[in-house]
Amino acid sequence: MGKYVIRRIGQMVVVLFGATLILFACLFVLPGDPVGSLGGDKARDPAVVEQLRERYGLDKPLAVQYGNYVTNLVKGDLGEDYTQRRQVTEVLGPKLGNTAKLAVAAIIIDVVIGVLAGLVAALFRYSFWDVLVTLLTTFAIGFPSFVIGMVLQSTFSVNLGWFPLISDGSFNSMIMPAFTLAIIDAALVARLMRGTMLEVLRADYVKTAIAKGLPRRTVLLKHVMRNSIIPVVTYIGISFGGLLGGALITEAIFNWDGMGYALVTAIQQGNNPIIVGVVTYGVAVFVVLNLLVDLLYAVLDPRIRLS
Amino acid sequence: MTELTESAQGPDAATAPTAAANNTAEPAPARITQWGEIRHRYMANKLAVVGLVLVGLLFIVAAAAPLIATHDPYAQNLGNTLADPSGEHWFGTDALGRDQFSRIIYGSRIAVIVGLASIFLACLIGCILGALSGYFGKAVDSVIMRIADIFFAFPLLIGAIVIILVMGRGVLPVIVSLAVFSWATVARLLRSSILSVREMDYVTAAKALGASTTRIITRHIMPNSIAAVMSYVSFSVGTAVVAEASLSFLGIGVSPEVPEWGNMISSAKDFLGVKDFLWVYPSSAIVLTVLGFVFVGDGLRDALDPKLR
Repeated sequence: MGKYVIRRIGQMVVVLFGATLILFACLFVLPGDPVGSLGGDKARDPAVVEQLRERYGLDKPLAVQYGNYVTNLVKGDLGEDYTQRRQVTEVLGPKLGNTAKLAVAAIIIDVVIGVLAGLVAALFRYSFWDVLVTLLTTFAIGFPSFVIGMVLQSTFSVNLGWFPLISDGSFNSMIMPAFTLAIIDAALVARLMRGTMLEVLRADYVKTAIAKGLPRRTVLLKHVMRNSIIPVVTYIGISFGGLLGGALITEAIFNWDGMGYALVTAIQQGNNPIIVGVVTYGVAVFVVLNLLVDLLYAVLDPRIRLS
Repeated sequence: MTELTESAQGPDAATAPTAAANNTAEPAPARITQWGEIRHRYMANKLAVVGLVLVGLLFIVAAAAPLIATHDPYAQNLGNTLADPSGEHWFGTDALGRDQFSRIIYGSRIAVIVGLASIFLACLIGCILGALSGYFGKAVDSVIMRIADIFFAFPLLIGAIVIILVMGRGVLPVIVSLAVFSWATVARLLRSSILSVREMDYVTAAKALGASTTRIITRHIMPNSIAAVMSYVSFSVGTAVVAEASLSFLGIGVSPEVPEWGNMISSAKDFLGVKDFLWVYPSSAIVLTVLGFVFVGDGLRDALDPKLR
């Protein structure tokens, strides 16, 4: 296990390093000077521009800029943003909290609906509920998140007035964005759960367990659930990583003040440090969660860590 | 050699004609071919046929857009804005008085172009690198797979945004950005598929019979490895269509005046609950398109490799 963990962490470091290189190459070598457009349409005094370039370190050679970016990143310093002149970490801190709140809510909905629906569908195969779950999950996959967001907004905000159209951070205003994020994932989880469960139910060790007279409950909990939950755990872990990185579309639709919304706003303002901050963070979260999922997987399934 | 090619069971278009050409000893052309069998399995799947119809319809609409559209999708009519659906404007008109039906019809072109081109590009890169990685193994494999890991670490939309920031808005940047962050999956799929096929008995048999490396790759390994990639391709065209619409919805995809589904839905936001037809029709177009590609992908997967069912 120790060797496996070390190897995976080594791979993760390589991936993170490569990702920062791509990001840097794209965002710092952007055509056009980010400082030039800072003052809006007014022409800038060349001396002021020079001073600003110095302030943000844009006058240094690219290699030096990249070196600074990576060393600062390791120290947890993302620099100063262009519009508010505040530390990027300071600006993004509260937004990170909001995104995490939304992500946790979405994952809970996701797991509860997805696992239950998949479980019922698999246990009562070909029943009415199974057909319903299969049908719903088949069609849910075709719905992009912004379409789901629009459907929820027009139904529950405009027509029924149950929830606010635009989020203010309150619990009530979190429900619609959380469901928007969760619906498609829940469908995928249900599909996955149903599939693996049907497979496990057919396995020899389940037949053996039943044959030796174990109670149905024990067989289901100890033998079936434990083995069919593994792929679901993987899927949920990875999808949680994506959600924590900021749900761009959903946050934009509901004006949810999180990382995704921050990214969309920063793009409109040309606020590079924020863009770099959000993207770096999104990639890092995704990679770290992938690693955690792999490690969890190795704990749950001994075949993986031994190979 | 003919016998061996056939027993390889490759879903390879080239297999059937080659076999037929060498078929001097076997005068029975009524035999079921590999492709015939795949087609039969595919057509037996109702959802897959529905998918095929939806995708076919999309292609026809995209190709014949000028014939189907009732109005110029760019023509504004400020005297007739936000008109409800009627005989003249089937899906109503938008805030600038443009005909919604015609814009949706023309929007299919962007969906088809971006979906196909980005995934074609992703497959080209992914297949070459994945094949190299899977066949050569060792150092080549490690290097290529680590590079793939790096690209895989970017969530698709976030990665795409980074590329678009460099290239600017437009159809080409959207295509490139989606391809850059999709190829890694193709490479991984093909590689793992090759690794398992490489150990198969029929490959060993071909080697024992003295087949050349090129022949083994092109005739035995590739046809049998490509199944996993083919169904992924269909899924990911659907994903690419959604990603493209999402980028335009966020205001960073194709320019706003272009008739495109994400643009249309985005501008319908202001009239939510009042003029819902503005987003319902383009949304339906996206959903049907995505479902079409998903169903085709499902059908292909089951038809190409019945073992996976």
